[in-house]
Amino acid sequence: MSEPLLSVENLKTQFFTEDGTVRAVDGISFDVHEGEIVGLVGESGAGKSVATSSLLRLVESPGEIVGGEITFKGRTLFGLEEDASGELRPRDDMLSEEEMRREIRGREIAIIFQDPMESLNPVFTVGGQLREFIELNRDLSEKEAKREAIDMLREVGIPAPETRYDEYPHQFSGGMRQRVLIAMALACQPDLIIADEPTTALDVTVEGQILEMVKELQTKYDTSFIWVTHDMSVVAEICDRVNVMYLGEIIEHATVDDLFYDTKHPYTRALLDSMPRPDETVHELNPIEGVMPEAIDPPAGCRFHSRCPDAREVCREVHPEPRDLADEGEPTHRAACVKYDAFDVGYDESRPIEGDAAGGFGAGLTRTGGEE
Amino acid sequence: MSGTDGGEPLLEVRELCKYFSEGGGMLGGVTFDREFPFLKRQRGDVRAVESVSFDIEKGETLGLVGESGCGKSTLARTVLRLLEPTSGSVYFKGEDLASLSGEPLRRKRKDMQMIFQDPQSSLDPRMKVGPIVEEPMKAHGMLDEEGREARAKELLEKVGLDPQHYNRYPHAFSGGQRQRVNLARALSVNPDFIVCDEPVSALDVSIQAQVLNTMRDLQEEFDLTYLFIAHDLSVIRHISDRVAVMYLGQMVEIADKEELFENPQHPYTRALLDAIPVPDPRSGGRTALLTGDVPSPIDPPSGCRFRTRCPSLIRPAEYDMTDAEWANVVEFQRAVKRRSFETTNRAAVRQRHFADAEPGGEAGTLLDEAIGHVAAGEWEEAERLLTESFADRSVCATEEPAYEVSPTHGESRHYAACHLVRDDAVAAGEETELASSVGERFAGSADVGEADD
Repeated sequence: MSEPLLSVENLKTQFFTEDGTVRAVDGISFDVHEGEIVGLVGESGAGKSVATSSLLRLVESPGEIVGGEITFKGRTLFGLEEDASGELRPRDDMLSEEEMRREIRGREIAIIFQDPMESLNPVFTVGGQLREFIELNRDLSEKEAKREAIDMLREVGIPAPETRYDEYPHQFSGGMRQRVLIAMALACQPDLIIADEPTTALDVTVEGQILEMVKELQTKYDTSFIWVTHDMSVVAEICDRVNVMYLGEIIEHATVDDLFYDTKHPYTRALLDSMPRPDETVHELNPIEGVMPEAIDPPAGCRFHSRCPDAREVCREVHPEPRDLADEGEPTHRAACVKYDAFDVGYDESRPIEGDAAGGFGAGLTRTGGEE
Repeated sequence: MSGTDGGEPLLEVRELCKYFSEGGGMLGGVTFDREFPFLKRQRGDVRAVESVSFDIEKGETLGLVGESGCGKSTLARTVLRLLEPTSGSVYFKGEDLASLSGEPLRRKRKDMQMIFQDPQSSLDPRMKVGPIVEEPMKAHGMLDEEGREARAKELLEKVGLDPQHYNRYPHAFSGGQRQRVNLARALSVNPDFIVCDEPVSALDVSIQAQVLNTMRDLQEEFDLTYLFIAHDLSVIRHISDRVAVMYLGQMVEIADKEELFENPQHPYTRALLDAIPVPDPRSGGRTALLTGDVPSPIDPPSGCRFRTRCPSLIRPAEYDMTDAEWANVVEFQRAVKRRSFETTNRAAVRQRHFADAEPGGEAGTLLDEAIGHVAAGEWEEAERLLTESFADRSVCATEEPAYEVSPTHGESRHYAACHLVRDDAVAAGEETELASSVGERFAGSADVGEADD
């Protein structure tokens, strides 16, 4: 395959809080090729949003990107090197803050957030905001930018765009606002759009409309997407390749078909099994036991071992890095689970862990309880 | 009064309406206008729930689905009389809640509890979970202090929490665990009926499954009746016995779960079902999506409220045209309404909308006139002409639908508010039949529906 559009190597983002260091993103690697939609799935707290804001270097204090490398179209968005005294410092070829703002954000990589009301300014008209954005980023005159803005609004399916152009965000429904944001993201014809749970707050019918529209626009403009979501159904519908995140790590990576039909990691399996199905009546759901541990103090070994049905002693000790488990000639299918032979750490001989997962609801309590 | 027999409904809702008057106060309802006199004052009620009737039997779960803004939560709150109904009645164990007030109503509340969507904001952050669970018992004077504590601990265990957590604050719990505390609190007064308003939508899927399973177990153990509101049809399919579908303040279809999912009759229900994403990349995705937005409940469409988006709007009897021609006309009318294309010449409009089939005769003449308006940029004239001569003449616009069809799955009645089923209908539907049955049983009780329509 050709050179990836975006590649992320061993990215680490940490938050330095009073209670300790939260390793929100802990060494993830993935890439995005031209014209594909790559999914980033996981439950809340998995680190999906921190990962995406790290890509645009939008992480704010007390958070900090502490390691890894992000390359986009041959340019280094982030990269560190050791200087003479062994201290880490930004590499010379890393883009400056100014360059990020002027050349990357919005223009090359756009981002769509979950809550459209927070991304739109309530005191300016929708059209005005869209026009300004196009004017600034594409060096068009005000008049041209307005025409472009109205065209964009029509393109994303806003009815009567000439009239709606002069309306304010609160006069739009949730789905309409999200369409406006998509119009805004597409307006500068970026190469990559990061969509951070853009349809989560919407009704299924509206979600369907929007996904359908995104698929159409994606074919038309050949834009790549990173699609962040917690919803496996959305993944199944829209993604080409998927990364599954658990507690700051990518634990499985595969093409969408392999992920659903040749699931490797027990977490992905459990996630799929715990979903109620719309197309059949299921009598008993199989929930994942317990809750996701805190990223401030992740379990040793495999981070999922405390909830994993297949956990053995060795899982508590060995921390698996994702490895490619696909047969030769097949597309890459990486998973981080020692039960596969590729890891060869003695999983088969190890004793199963008992009782750990059964701790259930008590196990997930944080230690800041109310007993004084 | 003392208990209802099996098979008899625990809750009967009849012709329930809830209107909100729009914008009180001095500037209420005032909008700016581009033309003189620049200000417009509109008064109109938001008809959030309009003549809704349904039953819930003892021990069953009725799932209530609909898009956001369709009135699900308002209906639930009105049923519990947390909101004053505008008209209609709610019979709980045979007693009309709408006619109760003051102390008798407060005492009734013991039997009806509610669980809300956001587990965070429904728990007082400054109270420990033990007292939170005990509070409803206190309010209803149940047990003594020791007894309440013992019961609270027992309930915490029942909902899957550690009774040791009695002394913890809500912030020490995760979302799923907080929702369990809510469950325990609702159960504390030993209710018969619990309204669950989107109880799992704020939770992660893996946690959702845990909570849903617990809710089911509790239902069996305590013989609970649920009204379960959700927008997620997968969740509804998992938990419900019967399902009611709501659109813009009205019920469009009520049927057994299997029946509703396997044999839906209303085009809106079908559209909703088609829109559910299936967690399977080989499923081929969703089909035939609805277009357009939900109309305003201030001035809802006449007749069937879904008709402005309905993919199977019925052709007015006076025009003679094929189905393909009619579909093009409907499509064109909606496109004009949404101004979804740019003005061009007549030929281009024809090419765009009537390439495969264009009606002739009287309809053709009207259509030609409308296309002329569009070509001349007179969108409003075109829209008015098309709406008046086509959309408004459909039976969907002139008559309110209410039918009952014979179910192919299960035994309970299948209500469908759609004129398409008029030929298969076994009864005229909810309104006449159910209202009369209530009339007989509660002949003495006052105000059975005075909906003003």
